[in-house]
Amino acid sequence: MSDIPADLKYSKSHEWIEVMGNGDVTVGITAHAQDLLGDMVYVELPEVGREISAEEEIAVVESVKAAADIYAPISGVVTEINETLADQPESINNDPFGDGWLFRLKPTDADELEKLLDADEYRALIEAE
Amino acid sequence: MPFIPHTEDDIEQMLATIGAANIDALFDEIPAALRVDGLPGVPTTMSEAEVSRLMTQRAADVQRPLCFVGAGAYDHHIPAAVWEIATRGEFYSAYTPYQAEASQGTLQLLYEYQSMMTALTALDVSNASLYDGASALAEAILMAVRCNRKSKSKRILMPTTVHPLYRKVVRTIVLSQGIELVELPYDACGGTILAAALSEHEGSDITALVIPTPNFFGALEEVDTLTDWAHQQDAQVIALVNPTSLALLKPPGEWGHKGADIACGEGQPLGIPLAGGGPYFGFMCCKKAHVRQMPGRIVGATLDLQGKRGFTLTLQAREQHIRRSKATSNICTNQGLMVTAATIYMALLGREGLVRCAAACHDNAVALVDRLTAIDGISKVFDQPFFHEAVIRFERPVAGLLEQLAEQNILAGYALQGDYPELENCLLVCATEQRNAADIETFAKHLQQIIGSH
Amino acid sequence: MLIFEQSRAGRCNRAQLPSSQAAHSALPERFLRKTEPALPEVSEMQTVRHYTRLSQKNFSIDTHFYPLGSCTMKYNPRACNTLAMQGAFLGQHPHAPVGMIQGFLACLYDLQQILAELSGMRGVCLTPMAGAQGEFAGVAMMRAYHLARGDNERTELLVPDAAHGTNPASATMCGLSVREIPTLVNGDMDIAALKVALGPRTAGIMLTNPSTLGVFERQIAEISALVHEAGGLLYYDGANLNAILGKVRPGDMGFDVIHINLHKTFSTPHGGGGPGSGPVAVSERLLPFLPIPRVAYDGSSYRWIAEQECLHTIGRLSAFMGNAGILLRAYIYARLLGREGMERVADFSTLNANYIMARLKQAGFDVAYAERRATHEFIITLQRQAQELGVNAADFGKRLLDHGYHTPTIYFPLLVPECMLIEPTETEAKETLDGFIAALISIKEEAECNAGLTKSAPLTLPVRRLDEVKAARELDLAWSAPHG
Repeated sequence: MSDIPADLKYSKSHEWIEVMGNGDVTVGITAHAQDLLGDMVYVELPEVGREISAEEEIAVVESVKAAADIYAPISGVVTEINETLADQPESINNDPFGDGWLFRLKPTDADELEKLLDADEYRALIEAE
Repeated sequence: MPFIPHTEDDIEQMLATIGAANIDALFDEIPAALRVDGLPGVPTTMSEAEVSRLMTQRAADVQRPLCFVGAGAYDHHIPAAVWEIATRGEFYSAYTPYQAEASQGTLQLLYEYQSMMTALTALDVSNASLYDGASALAEAILMAVRCNRKSKSKRILMPTTVHPLYRKVVRTIVLSQGIELVELPYDACGGTILAAALSEHEGSDITALVIPTPNFFGALEEVDTLTDWAHQQDAQVIALVNPTSLALLKPPGEWGHKGADIACGEGQPLGIPLAGGGPYFGFMCCKKAHVRQMPGRIVGATLDLQGKRGFTLTLQAREQHIRRSKATSNICTNQGLMVTAATIYMALLGREGLVRCAAACHDNAVALVDRLTAIDGISKVFDQPFFHEAVIRFERPVAGLLEQLAEQNILAGYALQGDYPELENCLLVCATEQRNAADIETFAKHLQQIIGSH
Repeated sequence: MLIFEQSRAGRCNRAQLPSSQAAHSALPERFLRKTEPALPEVSEMQTVRHYTRLSQKNFSIDTHFYPLGSCTMKYNPRACNTLAMQGAFLGQHPHAPVGMIQGFLACLYDLQQILAELSGMRGVCLTPMAGAQGEFAGVAMMRAYHLARGDNERTELLVPDAAHGTNPASATMCGLSVREIPTLVNGDMDIAALKVALGPRTAGIMLTNPSTLGVFERQIAEISALVHEAGGLLYYDGANLNAILGKVRPGDMGFDVIHINLHKTFSTPHGGGGPGSGPVAVSERLLPFLPIPRVAYDGSSYRWIAEQECLHTIGRLSAFMGNAGILLRAYIYARLLGREGMERVADFSTLNANYIMARLKQAGFDVAYAERRATHEFIITLQRQAQELGVNAADFGKRLLDHGYHTPTIYFPLLVPECMLIEPTETEAKETLDGFIAALISIKEEAECNAGLTKSAPLTLPVRRLDEVKAARELDLAWSAPHG
């Protein structure tokens, strides 16, 4: 079973969400998701400043055999993207919950955070797959 | 039973293994009501000898005129080795190189092709080809829309100096995708994009500008000015170019200050026979930053598990079989066999050969236009320099002339009035390296006779 | 070694230089390139040897058996190439007047008639340059049909979940959205789900029959009636036409439009990835929308149908006449087969597939949809081997290369895990099939006792397994001269 840090929140489409001190959130894909996709070769990230609604397509991660859309887990404005992924997409495989983060959002609807899954609920989700 | 090797014994053994009484039993899941009793409307089988006779007769019913028409397809010499090698069974009957280890021949050849095309266009990357020049332009437009994230308008400036048939194909292909095609008129003196027409669009949201050179009239567009203008408008530049001409002319990657973003065009001049219009191939090159938006197959070099260089299809995640409805295009094929021929062609001519071929085309076209316009009643229409085609005007309709010249087995040119009503009595004529002084003289003499006798 | 690496500055193939070097008419400097293009400088013999040797690094139909499901890799008769490459055909300019090219037009006209007859359709356009372009044309015609009737809301195209990825991609290009219809465990379509999906937004449905699962959709008549009742049209993806040639016609099944992959059913060359050719045929109601150009015959001569005669056409798909030379090859093939030969195609491609399936079943392979009759292709799943031995379908496929057989289609259709879609075609002899079966059995045995060996395949080809991750991460897409 893949690692599922207890202090993060999760979406049904396999993103993890970390709420930071200033209220912004960091988003990445879970260890389970990167495992399914295989070796990452390319990541397409949104522009900083873009306003996005929950469940909208916001990024694409590409492995040799698959390309997967990443959905915004909550609504917000993109404040930062992980520029290092342009040269090192493998960070997503090596450290999905750390160096492999994708982008940061300033939430526009804090209530949406409540609807996300906690670690136990996410574990139950992937076990049911 | 042509091409079926089974003996009666084989059939019996195979049916016994399957447990079926006869071959017809294998179709028992097809509802009987839908079954047909053969295909009575299809002609009966013929032996190879009979088909050879038929096709020889059919070929005899195709004339081989002296060709002074271009307009999108060009009569170049093709070295004998090109098709001797391209039709070797190992190239001709090979499948798409998805199994890289079993397709290193095709894959390395495609990598060499991509390298040759990037050398010609001075752009970073090339795909492994598209269907033809017209559909390549349509794909380039769709690609430019994906690449240009600053632009929201999906507005494409399409000069009327682009081949009229290409403009029709583009319309068919991009019509349902919310793309706006804005026509740019041409300058009646130069036969190139009218500069004043651009200023109307200055400051507006433009997604891309198409720059054809040599354009449909054979004339050379002012590519540096046009490219810089487009980039100032945050528009992408799509170069539509003739590959032979690139041996001589400034390559798209060097246009203006930043170079064109995408180059595309018809690959037929590179060793592909005229063949009634196809199969040809479309080429497409672009800057590296845009490679993930480029449609079609792309080959990359890599290493095998023992560290030996090898070649494989790459960036496949963009393609339809993985991305399905989100793919860059629905295209599954490249024109592999045509590209095989083109690669061998470019190697056989080599650097000097292609440069000399392009120069000879230009020289012959200049000689042709000079000779024809020396005839009373024929004049040159545009004053901009041209590559290997130019427009000439007669003092009377060209339809009758073309017919009379056809009777002399001469394909005299492409009549422009159908596509450009204002170009009344105008003919687009072409000379490649194949048309020597004697050919030009034959053409001119017949023309003189016809005009004189009138 | 690349052709570029054999290049030497100043080497030139003189036989290919233009004969006369006329006085060089100078173009203004601003139009010219500053340096000559970096094309190779090699001799003619070096070139011939280089590309001949490259060809020998390929598998091809002429050298190997290709049991590639849904690709129909049958023998490409040499006569088709030789007769299509006669000088007169090759030399004709696309703008040549029709009076000069009657023999060529006659072939195209005849081919239109033959394709209409065997598909049970009313009109044919030969220009689409590949199956995907045929699909685009077909869907665009369906869309045009609805729009012409003021039926503007029909923007949804139904596609079975087992469909080829090109289907949804083509729909998107035509501005339609795709809705997937699930498949039942027996391989037929889930009619209940279809009924739910059908409605006033339905533009139509795209089907392959036999389906991509290698079985014939038995409820086709019912599907056809339901879709038509709902106001939709039926699109037939001709990928698997080889299986039913002369047995049942798409037109008789109720389809309104079909594309035919000539590089499959009509044996035109794959050429290492193309050219393809995907003519479309339509029923009565879609006739006005057919693309151009097409060929007409008035009893004494042939001509192009003029654009002005087709006010509702979806337009042109290629600058000229599609992949004309490929159409000639298909025509020659059609005449060689004739009506008798065409029926035999379905007979023997089906016999061959069912034979391999029966033998593999006996040998302990897991066959998908085993209770169904195989058509011209069938599926085995290697999920058990993947789970128990760690040897997956890709490993089996690579090891087959060492045995001299091209890998079957793997991981398609997506519905069956670790699958191999096997299509032998009618042109393979029983001995070849037996050899292939023996190879698969021996690989299975090898995997059971020496999985590591199987997983390291191929061992005997020009290269070992290639690093595709490196290829995609560190893009090297064109040669550049080493510095210094």
